[in-house]
Amino acid sequence: MERVIELRNVYAGYGRSVILRDVTFDVMKGEVFALLGGSGCGKSTIMKHMIGLNPVLSGDLTVAGMRWTAKTRAKLCRKIGVMYQSGALFGSMTCLENVLLPLEEFSKLRRKARRARAMELLADVELADAADKMPSEISGGMRKRVAIARAMALDPEVVFLDEPSAGLDPITSASLDELILRLKREKGMTFVVVTHELDSIFRIADRAAMFDKARKGMVALGTPAALRDSSPDPFVRKFFNRRKTDGR
Amino acid sequence: MAILSGLGEWFDKGRRSFAGWQEFIGETTVDCLSLIVRPRNFRFGDFLLAFQRASYSGLAISTGIGFLLGLILAFESAAALRSFGVEVYVADLLTIGLFRELGPLVTAIILAGRSGIAFAADIGTMKVDEELDALATMGLRPVRFLVLPRVAAATLAMPVLTVFAELAGLVGGAIVLRVMDVPTVVFWAHVESTATLFMIVFGLAKACLFGMLVGLIGCFSGMRTKATADGVGVAATAAVVSSIVAIAVTDGILAVVCYIWNV
Repeated sequence: MERVIELRNVYAGYGRSVILRDVTFDVMKGEVFALLGGSGCGKSTIMKHMIGLNPVLSGDLTVAGMRWTAKTRAKLCRKIGVMYQSGALFGSMTCLENVLLPLEEFSKLRRKARRARAMELLADVELADAADKMPSEISGGMRKRVAIARAMALDPEVVFLDEPSAGLDPITSASLDELILRLKREKGMTFVVVTHELDSIFRIADRAAMFDKARKGMVALGTPAALRDSSPDPFVRKFFNRRKTDGR
Repeated sequence: MAILSGLGEWFDKGRRSFAGWQEFIGETTVDCLSLIVRPRNFRFGDFLLAFQRASYSGLAISTGIGFLLGLILAFESAAALRSFGVEVYVADLLTIGLFRELGPLVTAIILAGRSGIAFAADIGTMKVDEELDALATMGLRPVRFLVLPRVAAATLAMPVLTVFAELAGLVGGAIVLRVMDVPTVVFWAHVESTATLFMIVFGLAKACLFGMLVGLIGCFSGMRTKATADGVGVAATAAVVSSIVAIAVTDGILAVVCYIWNV
């Protein structure tokens, strides 16, 4: 299988502060890869390195075969799409305009074709009816769907989702997971998902990497079922078996 | 020891803030220059919206304050000049004071309190909501998207607001002198003979400069907003305070330069 993202001995953090040490894993084309761990363990930090918002402290990180540099930045930005935790839709634009923005800036399509493409993307996330609504007029789950449509506008090689289930009720969260699975199945998209929601992990993730704040590193890598059933690491077992202990 | 440590922290904070400001000005200049090559990249719709908010929506308050300023200045100076029987020279004083100094200065402070704060709050909220990160990961430069239209709007809105404030100030002065039995036609004749083209152009150029400062400082404060509960509030306050200080310092420098050049 083709590797979309490669991390080799990456030290993640900000400035002089190291949050994760010696992280190595690959994300394969067409898979849903989850970054797991408790709050503050560094999963969002590693995602920020992958999407080029912050440079890695040391080690090697490539996305679509390229490192994040000033020269490759413009190219790499078109190869990734990001859905932020809050959706990060622009409040002064309608949902359609939000999806149109990357197309207007980078696509060579004509005006009508751009609009048709944006409507098609909104239809993909089942929100064609909300095209003319402002982000403040739709629910949190809908905002995240629009953000996914915007992230997919330029047909990126990989879409990053930061806490897609955060702040959503279980039904909306499950429908968002179904959307991710459908996009993966129908369009062969690759997803990297930052989450700590067990239900969601088992529904969507093909593989997962797990991070531990105390050890400042990656402690497990594999399929969610393998991590749950056969990980020798007590922290991983505790994370996956917390349903039994926290009464959920 | 505590004093030394505090001093060190203060210097370090100042150094980082200065470095951030340098980076911001550098990015803004580069993006501004790139518009010469690709003018299509200018977000004209965003500019029009920001211009409308800064100028049209702020017209009533700056005109009102300008009127009151003229009224108060005329009253205060007329009281002193009347004892010499030369209250008609209030018109000259008002013309020079408003066109050269007070018109741009007071309007800039109003703009800082209305639009500078709004720029900081808008951009700060966008930063907290990760919208700036979203722009960056789409390969779009936040400065081109958010800063340039707002700075251009503030720069161009200032002369419009200043002209209205100055004219309103003169109307206020004319009313005061009319009450003091100085014919309005005499007042306007004095205004006409005192006002020079240089004075008016200099005042409007100063207004543009102050507007640019308000726009830059408002946007800079917004872009440095921290993702804390009071982050946007702190950024908005910093925008107003820094703008007023920057306007006062720039005005002082210009006054000294004008004195040295004898203009």
